[in-house]
Amino acid sequence: MKARIKVMLKNGVLDPQGKAIEHALGSLGFPGVASVRQGKLFEVELAETDPAKARAAIEEMSKKLLANTVIENYAIELDEK
Amino acid sequence: MKSAVIVFPGSNRERDMLYALEKITGEKPIPVWHTETELPKVDLVVLPGGFSYGDYLRTGAIAARAAIMDDVRKKADQGVHVLGVCNGFQILCEAGLLPGILVRNNHLKFVCRNVKLEVANAQTDFTRKYAQGQVWRCPVAHGDGNYFTDAETLARIEGENRVVFRYAEGTNPNGSLNDIAGIINDRGNVMGLMPHPENEIEPLNGGTEGRNLFESVLEAVA
Repeated sequence: MKARIKVMLKNGVLDPQGKAIEHALGSLGFPGVASVRQGKLFEVELAETDPAKARAAIEEMSKKLLANTVIENYAIELDEK
Repeated sequence: MKSAVIVFPGSNRERDMLYALEKITGEKPIPVWHTETELPKVDLVVLPGGFSYGDYLRTGAIAARAAIMDDVRKKADQGVHVLGVCNGFQILCEAGLLPGILVRNNHLKFVCRNVKLEVANAQTDFTRKYAQGQVWRCPVAHGDGNYFTDAETLARIEGENRVVFRYAEGTNPNGSLNDIAGIINDRGNVMGLMPHPENEIEPLNGGTEGRNLFESVLEAVA
């Protein structure tokens, strides 16, 4: 089973990299870019076949390592194929 | 005073730290590889600067989950003094031994220069040899030194006088909240700071006021 974990900075946390990218898009001539936030996407392959157990495991992994919840939120997506 | 310096893959200031500790404490510190599961019996554990695990994921994130960290946590709970400098500070935050996190410098550039540090709390075991409000020169070298935490935690650590060092006189090099350069835990035995006091200990460094930090611990554990 495959899981995707999207980690994004919480609202209100300064994202200097996102800002730099936003400015770069502006200087490339793309109009109307109101804001850019940069995040991370993890793809984790699991041996687990039970979706509930897999989700619980990914939840633990996200909390313990993949995201730092002081500044980041995470969202889990399970691909049950 | 007996001390240990933990070495992670990618640590690069451990030699400076070992040198400073030996010079100031008069005893050879013990280097400890991160895969060890037990620290030797020491009065001070130091996490040195560097780029553990190439700063992958988040600075200090992987090192904070290294095997040795369980015992660092245990020793900290027992009251052993723990000091994190630069990457060591980042690791202590990621390990949850100190509140908050160090994020990318607000201007996105690596900074390697001298700053002015103000002693915001001279009552700690790490700062008792400084005067309250003393301003001293200290080098910094980091890309992720921007201290951040939520408003509630910030109010708490400020209220509990747990900001130990601040960047003074407009020298904040990274956008750190409230000019925070170093903080301490509630018990007062775990301290982290971004600047490098171990590189300000001899006249050749241009100043020796980094010594006071180590001499403070020396006095505190005596």
